[in-house]
Amino acid sequence: MSVISATSVAYSPKRFKRQRRKQAFREFLTRFRNDRLAVAGLVVLLAFTVMALIAPWISPKGGLSAVESIDNPLWAKPSGDYPLGTDHLGRSVAAQFVWGSRVSLFVGLAATVLTVAIGSLVGISAGFLGKWTDAILMRFTDWFLVIPFLPLAIVLAAVLDRSVWNIVLVIGVTSWPGTARLIRAQVLTVKQRLYVDRARALGASRSHVIRRHILPNVAPLILANVTLAVPISILTETTLSFLGLGDPNKVSWGKTLEEAYNAGAITREAWWYYLPAGLGIVAVVLAFTLFGRALEEILDPRLREQGR
Amino acid sequence: MSVLELHDLSITYRSERGDVPAVRGVNLTIEPGETVGLAGESGCGKSTIAAAVLRLLPKQTRVEGHVLLDGEDVYAMKPGRLRAVRWTSAAIVFQGALHSLNPVQRVGHQIDEAIMLHSSVSESQARRKSNELLERVGIPAERSRSYPHQLSGGQRQRVLIALALSCGPKLLIADEPTTALDVMVQAQVLELLAELQRDHGLAMLFITHDLSVLTSTCERLAVMYAGRIVEDGPSHDVFGDPIHPYSRGLANAFPTIGDPLSRMNPRGLAGDPPNPANLPTGCPFHPRCDRAIEICSTEDVLLMSASPGRHAACVHVRSGNA
Amino acid sequence: MPEPLLELDQVHVTFSSQRGTVRAVDGVSLDVRPGEVLALVGESGCGKTTLIRSILGLETPSAGAITFDGRAVDQRQKSLRALRRHVQMIFQDPTGALNPRHTIYEAVAEGIRIHKMIGSEPELVAEALSRAGLRPPERFMSRYPHEISGGQRQRVLIAGAMALNPRLLLADEPVASLDASIRGEILALMRSLVDEMGISIIAVTHDLGLAWNIADRIAVMYLGRIVEIGEAEDVLANPQHPYTKALLSVVPEMDRMQQQILTGETPDPSRIPTGCRFHPRCPVVASREAERLGILGHCTGVDVELVERANAHSSACHALP
Repeated sequence: MSVISATSVAYSPKRFKRQRRKQAFREFLTRFRNDRLAVAGLVVLLAFTVMALIAPWISPKGGLSAVESIDNPLWAKPSGDYPLGTDHLGRSVAAQFVWGSRVSLFVGLAATVLTVAIGSLVGISAGFLGKWTDAILMRFTDWFLVIPFLPLAIVLAAVLDRSVWNIVLVIGVTSWPGTARLIRAQVLTVKQRLYVDRARALGASRSHVIRRHILPNVAPLILANVTLAVPISILTETTLSFLGLGDPNKVSWGKTLEEAYNAGAITREAWWYYLPAGLGIVAVVLAFTLFGRALEEILDPRLREQGR
Repeated sequence: MSVLELHDLSITYRSERGDVPAVRGVNLTIEPGETVGLAGESGCGKSTIAAAVLRLLPKQTRVEGHVLLDGEDVYAMKPGRLRAVRWTSAAIVFQGALHSLNPVQRVGHQIDEAIMLHSSVSESQARRKSNELLERVGIPAERSRSYPHQLSGGQRQRVLIALALSCGPKLLIADEPTTALDVMVQAQVLELLAELQRDHGLAMLFITHDLSVLTSTCERLAVMYAGRIVEDGPSHDVFGDPIHPYSRGLANAFPTIGDPLSRMNPRGLAGDPPNPANLPTGCPFHPRCDRAIEICSTEDVLLMSASPGRHAACVHVRSGNA
Repeated sequence: MPEPLLELDQVHVTFSSQRGTVRAVDGVSLDVRPGEVLALVGESGCGKTTLIRSILGLETPSAGAITFDGRAVDQRQKSLRALRRHVQMIFQDPTGALNPRHTIYEAVAEGIRIHKMIGSEPELVAEALSRAGLRPPERFMSRYPHEISGGQRQRVLIAGAMALNPRLLLADEPVASLDASIRGEILALMRSLVDEMGISIIAVTHDLGLAWNIADRIAVMYLGRIVEIGEAEDVLANPQHPYTKALLSVVPEMDRMQQQILTGETPDPSRIPTGCRFHPRCPVVASREAERLGILGHCTGVDVELVERANAHSSACHALP
């Protein structure tokens, strides 16, 4: 009862998919372009990223060394020689700003990668496999959820050498439970959908269901979660460094704030010492948040499901 | 005086994507104690009419024509008068009772609230009245302390009916009141509605897509399509011997058990109900009509008399071939 | 009499919930022959949806045997997967059953890919769409579910199921959520699949009119058991069981019968009455007829079996000879 001749069907699902993806991307760009705050956020992020990457070329490392700065004026106001002035040891604040951004951004990204990697793995496994796996993984998650990050950071700093990786570890270990729960909830929602039932009725294996139905509906949530987790990680790193738990050998914005505070920059009204780092953090966090919010709105699976 | 009069009612929704004409020139009258059915499917405008009677449409909606409740123009009322009239002159029983009842309030309290909003009785007097109402609809007074989710679908629908009757309206608008219910529960609710009507002399506007239910509950019925009434007349006649091709298509969806014509012969209409934002030219039903002729795609037809007491909006009525 | 395609033997499906043990399907034996439409009729909570889901393995029977095409069906993944090549399902909510991110093409191709069917995929998809009435098929392939109408979505589901060339189609309230005027078309399509391709269909529905329209046989379910089964004309013209009679009597426009509106709510499968499970709502008991006949003790205390009382027409009732 074939009504189609062998040569008449020239439809290529792969080609259509590619076209559709290009179109979806173009739509995404248009909607993103229209959100001016989000574009501003993206621009700010790119600026800081570029600055962090070209640091070795725009600001010689020597500027960070107290030894090499021994001849510099102390507490100098911003001027031609020192665009952001100098600190209590004569070091260029501009150099600290530029090099500090590297650590702040790096820790923010690395900690987020760790958080999302563990969180997604646990969330998807618990949500999809259910029953005992879910119960055990969730108790495990709850256990980590209640670990307070500050005491953990202090303990780790005392037990291991203080380093950037410690900070990454601390943030990752205390943040992944939140992500795991979020993703698990989304997996549970999708799992109950009738089209998953239909896939099973058609004879789909578990891996097919995960690959074709669960992941595509969870991925946008993970992406949006990532862009919002980065600023949180950056803020956390700042806090830990400010409290003196950061890497003593590396400069970060949090460390700059700590040193400025300890050196009495506030009473001295040496605003050029603490303001740049503070504003830098605010700018980066705000930029990520605006960008992430726009991304989440555009990619929200709920909006997608309504066919918008 | 009629309990409800719709004169040339036209309702257009306004959205960023343009205007959507949901109702296009509807005339309808309901006399005291009468039950009138309004049949139609998704997008035909019937629920819009239900909301329009109590002025419950979104603010920017354009309403042309008149809605007269007990002789008063609903759209000319001042806000104070409107609030006084709502629920006391006419009340609505909605579909999907789970979403129409407040899930975090006990059902008895929700009825108390309605009573106290419209009269100056004390809380205990209101409570007594609401318990009476619940008993009247077949729910024991103790259940008034239940939350909506603790009741079954049929019970929730009864609560909605009690709620609608709480201020003694003259007109009850029932919008798909039994659609989501099992057939036996549906029969119970319909029986209840018939009893209440007799006891209180209520007029009722019964809105649903189920033509067969309308024939057993209403004296007259009107069939809506694309915002207009395309046929009206005594309910048994419209269901048993439809004139308009759409009414015929709709009636076929509810085959009479035992009728050899429908045995192993499911009949339906091709195509899909029209999108009110994008109606076909001429008669909006013509793309799906098996009796469409050339003129149908260019000329829209209004209701005209087909036989005493019956009207249909079809070109074949005019030519006498209906 | 041809060999039955599907045989259910005393199938039970039990769930445990907060309210206790829910015996959703409580001992159902059923045969489905090749090329027939069996309507499974009942109200919510009677277990009809659970029953067909358990045929496909979407619910696991707690007892009983299922035989398809002469071979026993066990609940292991491999066996179920092979079964799902021959038994397919369409759902009540066609919108929810389609992944909104997949095109129509992908929705229909999903089954083809899972079972690695031989042949050109685009051709198989086109043929399935055509057979389901979506012509020309190419016009629909690139669309997304939200871009087509409810009736078309149900046709897509039918296409997706038929693409596997099943021998049995399980239809769960196939037209309940569709606009009334287009139901006939979908039902006609289903009937044509039976007439032209020889498949069998089990149609779960609460609508007796649908059964009149397309069913060869009807089985009426109540609280997890079949209470009456027979040829459609027999059951609808001469119902034996009091429940069937009551259901028929409340169908609007059923002028030949006196309306018998049962009291009470649709019963709860976690609290099944003793004896004949219908006795608390049975008009024969309520009107004291049972007492007069001297069978009241049976109705309240003794469980009742399906007994053939006319040609291939059985019912489970103490009050009948």
